[in-house]
Amino acid sequence: MSNASTSRKADLSRPLVEVRDLVTRFDLRAGLMGKVVGRVHAVEDVSFDIIPGETLALVGESGCGKSTVARSIMQLEKPVSGSIRYDGVELLGGSRQDVLRFRREAQMVFQDPFSSLNPRMTIANTLMDPMRVHRLGSDAELRARAAELLARVDLPPEHLDRFPHAFSGGQRQRICIARALALDPQLIIADEAVASLDVTIQAQVINLLMDLQRERSIAILFISHDMAVVERMAHRVAVMYLGEIVEIGDRRSVFTAPQHPYTRKLLSTIPVADPARRPRTRNLMTEEIPSAVRPPDFVRQKRPMRQISPTHWVRESN
Amino acid sequence: MPVPADPSPTATAFEDDTILSVEDLRVSFALDRRRTFEAVRGVSFAIRRGETLALVGESGSGKSVTAMTVMRLTEHDGARIAGGRIRMRMKSGVIEEITTLPEARVERLRGAEISIVFQDPMSSLNPVFRVGDQIAEGIIRHQGKSVPAARSIALNMLKLVRVPDAERRMDHYPHQLSGGMRQRVMIAMALACRPSLMILDEPTTALDVTIQAQILDLVRALQQEIGMSVLFITHDMGVVAEIADRVCVMLKGEIVESGTVDEIFNHARHGYTQALIAAVPRLGSMTDQDAPEPFPVVAYSAEETPA
Repeated sequence: MSNASTSRKADLSRPLVEVRDLVTRFDLRAGLMGKVVGRVHAVEDVSFDIIPGETLALVGESGCGKSTVARSIMQLEKPVSGSIRYDGVELLGGSRQDVLRFRREAQMVFQDPFSSLNPRMTIANTLMDPMRVHRLGSDAELRARAAELLARVDLPPEHLDRFPHAFSGGQRQRICIARALALDPQLIIADEAVASLDVTIQAQVINLLMDLQRERSIAILFISHDMAVVERMAHRVAVMYLGEIVEIGDRRSVFTAPQHPYTRKLLSTIPVADPARRPRTRNLMTEEIPSAVRPPDFVRQKRPMRQISPTHWVRESN
Repeated sequence: MPVPADPSPTATAFEDDTILSVEDLRVSFALDRRRTFEAVRGVSFAIRRGETLALVGESGSGKSVTAMTVMRLTEHDGARIAGGRIRMRMKSGVIEEITTLPEARVERLRGAEISIVFQDPMSSLNPVFRVGDQIAEGIIRHQGKSVPAARSIALNMLKLVRVPDAERRMDHYPHQLSGGMRQRVMIAMALACRPSLMILDEPTTALDVTIQAQILDLVRALQQEIGMSVLFITHDMGVVAEIADRVCVMLKGEIVESGTVDEIFNHARHGYTQALIAAVPRLGSMTDQDAPEPFPVVAYSAEETPA
């Protein structure tokens, strides 16, 4: 982080994103009157910071709430309570201008590069569209900029007038990254952005993201279920389970000295690409990931975080 | 380009402990009247009794087409076996040539001699039938059992794959089960007629990692308990390292390298295998480092080309 070269004058040690006590729940309704019969407690008391040039990885299994955190930050879901500050400015209930500025500076890259590109738009239009929305120049200028973006993700500018169907999955994901870069973002939220790619392509796309981060001091919220990928590219890691962050800390501490039982379990179940480290013990358990659905009158018990080291925190278990 | 590391498959002899032998298999799909696309181009491998062979490769490498062809399932998608042999040792001891078997005989073979588990259990299970009945169906059909006898075998199968509360689960519909439980049901169904070879085509790809670990452990335990052979199709080198005895690496319809799991991971000879292994993040490789680290780039120019 410290050696990140940047052209920005922003203070690199001040958090770019500050999330505090974020709670997002979804009502489950049934019957004619749409009575609330339960709630999905998707995100509970989630707090973290991201500083410029840093990658925070949010890891966990399906249904743990990691994508809802991302969608809440991007204002795609409405949180029940909590605070999301971007560059010091509160976004929840914030002014339209603040939200617009945030939307320009924060970009998202999704998992499926097949459904996140419009099949009827050329690559040039896909890349120019966000710049047009924010009125960043004439069409000729924007087209030149689109060509630069494409070159930055290692695709030849001749591809500008092609349609998405002409590209492979890895190439499409690079186009999605190029689109995210179009507005020169300070924050990229990557939601399982490499999960659907072949492993050699995955490595290239991750290296590209890391390069871009170093070049422009971009903060990355990297959402993933893949602990091995996270180990490679994250500065800090937050482990989510049933809507809560159960452990958060610098990557090295979380991976070498995991404190929470769930983190340990997650780390121990990952297949390691080394036959010499094949597990000797059989785990014939059948326990499942519990559901986050609760009755409407459910009162959640708050559990505090305990500090392990200046950079490592773990949720108290009851 | 292919490295013939495996001495057995090119020989035409069918050794005593061999269950399945695939020789110089070619499968092509008709693109239109004139053009064909060869998805499998001269693939050879053999599986021994009780052995797990992993067929690994990236998307489009032909690994699934190879596996499906062993069960003669690709013809329905317009594929044609353009050459080669697939020989299998039946439970009776007879060695059958699968490529030329009439469809009626192939149907009797599916489930009874070879079974397959697919990636997505939700689309492989019929949503309108109870899972117990779905498992029993194959037993009635292949083994001619009565309905109550088949149901009791089905129940035992559910217990074998460690489905908790199996009696009650028999009467559940697929949508009432989690992804991991559905995959257990699929494995129970595949095991029901005691096949000598089970093909698992990306069986854990759609599952969470803690559930994946359970399924992999289950497959290994079952193999020890009933001694069947497994052909495991995956793109995940981590899974390969955990489960395989031997590995065939596929690229663009060919096996470019094959060997024991140790040979492949520690002494890979083919450039593509080396690139594949370099690109896999190995958990624990970053223990001494604070900062993130890019992946080492092992250049291999089988680059993606726009279709």
